[in-house]
Parts: sequence; C-alpha cells; structure tokens
Amino acid sequence: MRDFEYEAPTTLSAAMELAAKHNGAARFMAGGTDLIDQVRVGRLSPDVIIDVKKIAELKALQHDASGLRLGAAVPCCEIYGHCGIVSDYSALADSCRIIGGVQIQSRGSVGGNLCNSGPAADSTPSLIVLGAVAVIAGPKGTRTVPVEDFCTGPGKNVLQPGEILVELKFPARVANSGSHYRRFIPRNEMDIAVVGIGASVVLNDAKDRFISARIALGAVAATPLFAKAASDGLTGQPVNDESIAAAAAAARAIATPIDDMRGTKEFRLHVTGVLVERVLKAAIARAKGEHVDCNVGH
Amino acid sequence: MAKKRVVTTTLNGSQTEFLCEPRQTLLEVLRDTLDLTGTKEGCSNGNCGACTVLVDGRPVNSCLVLAVEAEGASVQTIEGVATGEGLDPIQKAFLEGAALQCGICTPGFIMSSKALLAQNPKPTEDEIRFYLAGNLCRCTGYDKIVRAVQDASQQWQDQYMKSCHEKGCH
Repeated sequence: MRDFEYEAPTTLSAAMELAAKHNGAARFMAGGTDLIDQVRVGRLSPDVIIDVKKIAELKALQHDASGLRLGAAVPCCEIYGHCGIVSDYSALADSCRIIGGVQIQSRGSVGGNLCNSGPAADSTPSLIVLGAVAVIAGPKGTRTVPVEDFCTGPGKNVLQPGEILVELKFPARVANSGSHYRRFIPRNEMDIAVVGIGASVVLNDAKDRFISARIALGAVAATPLFAKAASDGLTGQPVNDESIAAAAAAARAIATPIDDMRGTKEFRLHVTGVLVERVLKAAIARAKGEHVDCNVGH
Repeated sequence: MAKKRVVTTTLNGSQTEFLCEPRQTLLEVLRDTLDLTGTKEGCSNGNCGACTVLVDGRPVNSCLVLAVEAEGASVQTIEGVATGEGLDPIQKAFLEGAALQCGICTPGFIMSSKALLAQNPKPTEDEIRFYLAGNLCRCTGYDKIVRAVQDASQQWQDQYMKSCHEKGCH
C-alpha cells in the first residue's frame, strides 16, 4: 500500500486543524472498510489518514425523547445491537444487519457509508425515510443537510474540503409509525443491492389511513433518491392495496437505473415496484405494532 | 517514508509490542512481523474473511484494519484459540467433521465461529449460515462447516453444563 501518515485526534477541532494543514491530501477514516481498500487499489492516494474513532462526538449514540443522535463513526454492530434503534428506527437496524458480513459490521459505520456516497449504499435510504439530517462541521462552522440532499453523484457528496460529517440527527419516533428497509440481491447475503428500498409510514389512530409516508430508493439512480411524489401521494389515503400500488408506480416513475452486471434497467424498474409494495406493507405492519421478522436472507 | 510506530496490544492474551508503518495492515504485521501465519490472506479487500481475527472480541477482516489501530486493543488470532489443555471444541469439531479441504479459509471460519458461539451459544442453522456469510469457502460447499459449528455448539453446551454441575452452579 502507498505510504501515508496516520493521525488519531481526540477532538473535532484537532481533526479539522489536521485536515486544514494537509489541504486536501488528508482523508478521514471511520471503519476503514471502504477507505483502506480504496487506498490499496490506488483509487485514493491520501498523504494522511485521520482516524476519527477517538473523537467523542463521532462515537456518540444517544436515544431519548427528543430523538436519536448517531455519531458518524458508530459501527453497524452497535446500531443493530441497540434496542431503541431496533424498535424505533427499525429501517436503520434492517440496513445495518445486511451491510457486508459481520466482519464489516464490526467496523463499518453508517456515517462512512453515507460519505462513501455509493448509489447502492444500504443505509442511505433508511436515513432518508427516517428523516435524518447530516451535521457537518467545517472551517466555516457547522451546517446541517437533510440526508436526501447529501449525495450528489456516484462517490460524490456535498462535503467541502476540510468538512467532516459529525453525526446524523433523527426526529423522535411518532405514534403509529413504522419503517423497513429491504434490498434485492441474487445471493442470500454479502452482496451489493440490485435495488434497495426504504419506507417509513405514520398511520392515524384507527391505523387505516396514512398520515404521512417517506419512500427512498437505492441502486436505481446516480444517488439514493427520496421518492417525494410517491411519498406525498400517500398522505390521507386509506391503507389498502390500491394506495400502495399507486405509491409503487409513482416511485418507479422516478427511477433511472442503468444496465449492469447486477441487473438490467428493465429488471430493476420491475423490482423497484415490487419492493416498494413489500417494504411499505412491512412498515405498515410495524406501525400497527406487529412483529415483523426480518431474518436477513429470506 | 512515514515514521514507524510502536504499537502495544494484548495479543492472544499476552502484552505484545510491535513496530509498524502506518500503511501496514494488521494482517501484514501478524504474518510478516509477528510470524503468526495462521491468519491467511485471501482477497485482501474484505470479501472472503480468510484473514478474520477478533479485535476486542469482535470479528474483523485484518486486511481492512491498520496495524496502528490495534494500539491498546485485545487481538485474538487462530494461534490463541487452543488452550494448554488441547484444541478448542470448534477446532475439534472441524477436524472430526472434516469441515475443510484446502484449509485456507479454516482459520477465518474458526474465528468467526468463536465470535458467534460466544454471543449465541445455541445458534440455528440459519443463524450459523448468516453469521458466517462473510467467510467464503471454495471447497466444501459449506455443509460440513455448518455441521461442525452445530457440533461445537452442542459440545460447548455439554461442557458448560458439566462444569456448572461440577462447580455446583445449578
């Protein structure tokens, strides 16, 4: 592997000073599961790797009545191992259980998954449907960006030189709500999504009508997509097969997948529709308080 | 060239110091500096799991960990699995069940299985298959590996119950 320096600052300000000092030649590392491989194959050539795992803000995991704060470097295994996240932010736990194998989940973080900005990232649709906001610190201060606006292209995002993703902030779960993430892959596990769909719903007290919904699509465009029209179209609608099918059709309409080794465009469009329906139904079941067995690989 | 660093870890239970460059992975240092060649290099990109070791009890791909990150951590490799009293039940089960052919993936499978049984002593077949998904084997077809983990789980429970009985825990 190419030669580089390694720094492991313990404060956010020290991390940003290091990044400024190296002026574009430094890369932040959380779990390293993408970065180390990218350096090894020569796709990235940093002079310095700044390990952010010793910075308290990036390792924070705080769940209370005001919502969830998830430090950008918290690994997947801590996320699906957290009862509050499993119950209140189920889609996020669903995603984290299927990113890589357990070895990757021990290290890889949701913040890193977002910053890597792959179109097929499994956690990004879940962040979008759960209303997560990215908190970004930089030389000019701190700013927030809704996750649906974070990625700008394959491997590209809104981070400016010297900026660092600190945490993801989620609103508190509301009553009668539920969420789910599911992907299609030809294997049972350890694969990149051909299509990945996240959905969250809020139902009325009778649980027969949508108060609101959010649907997000992965691997069917240059970035993960928030399906706004499909989501908004469910507001006030009865919970039935017709409204769910209409949302699936609206979600399909914004997908612009490519043909590649994992699937053709036509297949991905079809699977988008099928998965939106299934994922919405699972999110609805969870909103109704049903236990949804999300055994991965089934 | 970046300056070498001194890293102190607990390696297979003993405090160990080593010198490494920042660009060296934990896998390289284990094999090339510390001569612990039981940990294998497969794909070197996090897909195959041949290089699996436990860091603070969690399975990781040592090809995707920088050796400098092991500072202060507890690292367990395949060399630390057998005790003075003999092989670990998982190792025995792999041997007795012939759960290997070429053997390159075996240390990684055993480390992942250790982590699985530590966390879930009675896994179902499904849970075993899913937990071991990050370890690839191109010889066995996996069935014998899964059965070996099931056998080890049973032995482990029998042994645990026996030791509890002897100690009067129950």
